[in-house]
Amino acid sequence: MARVVVDVMLKPEILDPQGQAVQRALPRLGFGGISDVRQGKRFELELDGPADDAALARIHELAETFLANTVIEDFTVRVEETGAAGSPAETVRAVS
Amino acid sequence: MSLDTTKHAAGTPDTPLPWAELGLKEDEYGRIREILGRRPTGAELAMYSVMWSEHCSYKSSKVHLKQFGEKAPENTALLVGIGENAGVVDVGQGYAVTFKVESHNHPSYIEPYQGAATGVGGIVRDILAMGARPVAVMDPLRFGAADHPDTKRVLPGVVAGIGGYGNCLGLPNIGGEVVFDPCYQGNPLVNALCVGVMKHEDIHLAKASGTGNQVILYGARTGGDGIGGVSVLASETFDSTGPAKRPAVQVGDPFQEKLLIECTLELFAEGLVTGIQDLGGAGLSCATSELASAGSGGMRVELDRVPLRDSSLSPEEILMSESQERMCAVVEPAKVARFLEICEKWDVLATVIGEVTEGDRLEITWHGEQIVDVPPRTVAHEGPVYQRPYARPEWQDALQADDAARLPRPAGGEELREQVLKLVASPNQASKAWITDQYDRFVQGNTVLAQPEDSGMVRIDEETGLGVAVATDGNGRYAKLDPYTGAQLALAESYRNVAATGARPLAVTDCLNFGSPEDPGVMWQFAEACRGLADGCRELGTPVTGGNVSLYNQTGETAVHPTPVVGVLGVIDDVARRTPMAFAEPGQLVYLLGETREELGGSAWSQVVHGHLGGLPPAVDLDREKLLADILISGSRDGMIDAAHDLSDGGLVQAVTESCLKGGNGVRLVVPDGLDPFVLLFSESAGRAVVAVPRSEELRFTDMCGARGLPATRIGVVDGDAVEVQGQFSLPLAEVREAYEATIPALLA
Repeated sequence: MARVVVDVMLKPEILDPQGQAVQRALPRLGFGGISDVRQGKRFELELDGPADDAALARIHELAETFLANTVIEDFTVRVEETGAAGSPAETVRAVS
Repeated sequence: MSLDTTKHAAGTPDTPLPWAELGLKEDEYGRIREILGRRPTGAELAMYSVMWSEHCSYKSSKVHLKQFGEKAPENTALLVGIGENAGVVDVGQGYAVTFKVESHNHPSYIEPYQGAATGVGGIVRDILAMGARPVAVMDPLRFGAADHPDTKRVLPGVVAGIGGYGNCLGLPNIGGEVVFDPCYQGNPLVNALCVGVMKHEDIHLAKASGTGNQVILYGARTGGDGIGGVSVLASETFDSTGPAKRPAVQVGDPFQEKLLIECTLELFAEGLVTGIQDLGGAGLSCATSELASAGSGGMRVELDRVPLRDSSLSPEEILMSESQERMCAVVEPAKVARFLEICEKWDVLATVIGEVTEGDRLEITWHGEQIVDVPPRTVAHEGPVYQRPYARPEWQDALQADDAARLPRPAGGEELREQVLKLVASPNQASKAWITDQYDRFVQGNTVLAQPEDSGMVRIDEETGLGVAVATDGNGRYAKLDPYTGAQLALAESYRNVAATGARPLAVTDCLNFGSPEDPGVMWQFAEACRGLADGCRELGTPVTGGNVSLYNQTGETAVHPTPVVGVLGVIDDVARRTPMAFAEPGQLVYLLGETREELGGSAWSQVVHGHLGGLPPAVDLDREKLLADILISGSRDGMIDAAHDLSDGGLVQAVTESCLKGGNGVRLVVPDGLDPFVLLFSESAGRAVVAVPRSEELRFTDMCGARGLPATRIGVVDGDAVEVQGQFSLPLAEVREAYEATIPALLA
């Protein structure tokens, strides 16, 4: 059992109207000092088996073809430790 | 990296520049050097390359487009003609209407949602820049085969993009077309039309005049969107090696656009705008050079004042960026403060970036150093003009000789019945409600007709009921068989569609979608289509007011069918007198107007039943079209007809079926003497319409047709709950409805 997290973000050069809307709202709500906001999506995939290379390759493929629109978005795939060990999440692959 | 200033360029004549990568030809680069008397700076090269691209300069099409002006009919309704952001037509009662259709084909293939969405945004800003309030949009769309897997990627994205952007703006989408053909597989055609309304005195033009006037950029910040989009995206073909030069896709923000619309209309209302231009393809390069070129003086721009989304952008990138939702205005100095105040009220960022100068140069500086110093006309209006060689393709004769008349025809009523069902269930003929239901058709409360009616119609004055109707049509199959006739058929159908709703056709906009102009065969198609359209517009008295040319629509060596899409705008004095398409009342008499000949070339029947494309398209008789339109308009005005539907692809049986399904009533048809039932049902002869006449008006209506010399044949009566052709077959309405409505959802939902 493992949890794999896929983060999908608009590429840096792509306009992000939602992020801008959030950013514009911040000062109105009294939150200063934030110069930019980018909004993305986070997917948590629970695997039946271990997060081995084969499983990650498959997730990479599904992220590339389904979760992210790679024309305008980047994504990262990482395994989230579910045990008590609390080791930092490891970035397995990043695609730009 | 040091800045490539004009001074630096003058001193370093031999520095190599990436002109070829930017899409310029060697002789074009030579001409730039000649114009400037030195090598261009990087920024100048960026400007020339985007502005001299096919998309912006019309360099291949210009020589043929000239005919639209030269052959333009005398038309007192035309207030602004070709050359501005959009044409403007007088529709009476002090109102003027502006409308235009444009393409967003290539971006929509790469990123269907954003490509289609920004296509809507772009055309809406064009209309806004004329001084008008946008009131409706329409989208003529063409995709690959309906059952191809890539169509399932492209179509839902495009439809969602159009719906998403248009619905957020609160603009009704009142019509358009959806056509499937394998020729559009790797190159869908996503055209977008917008209609705007204003009072005569509100017309604004794109020119910078008055020395000392300030140049204000307002709207969204500038980012890395679509850099080189114009030269790379719109002027190159896609090949199998993939999008190596893929630029950043433009992402639209409809809420920003809505603010821009309201803000701009308020600026107009207070008389604060001397000249205005929207930023679309080629961004600031286009806006600054076109404004300066059309004005009397020159212009100086401080490019470093442009608000950026990404501070790392170079001056070249800022000039080429196609970030959406931006406008550029020329404002008298005394009015700048109020201008900025209104922008602030609408939460629209506005920045003075330059001023109109006395000279005749467009000068752009970057932190005080000059990086552009050009005569603006050479950038905007005096780009290269090509006399591309053109020749009738060798295969044209064989294609025309392959007559559809030889195709096996249905033997007897049972087979006719099967083929009718097959026709109405085919993707091109089937109901497009699944698509158009995703668009808001009635927002603003002025839509009186929308898809699937013959044309969309909106009321523009609540007191008098004054309204405008718009239809778009195009048939690539006809145009492939004969581009001259095909273009006229598109015009005739659109004209007929407007008249069928009771509106008088006034003016034309066109979107000419063709393959590569470097292919002499494609160039011949283009030349013929332009000639056909210009001749047709002259005869019908409806001038072309503007439009767009989209070339390089091809995959590899294979071009799409030549696809001239023609939009016709008409006016109706009172929308309460409009004619709908539905057979609404049992007992109405069904009349066929016009003559039915055996014309099957390029027909829907030949495609659906035989997968065939050959022969000649239906003949065009524009005098007949005018007469038919007169009858339809008079019939509507004087209450002689309850319903009317134009006959085009799919022929009589398609039209009658649609009118029956819309009204929820059946029809009993009798084949007139001397006509073959098959020909009656499936032929696509032009210049025809079917009308439903109330019994009380029959004599008056037939007298009018007789007096004017328009053949009108009574072919049946609205009755029962089946489409019945006496002596041939009877199709229960429920069965036809299932066939007609199930196809598109089954393929795409």
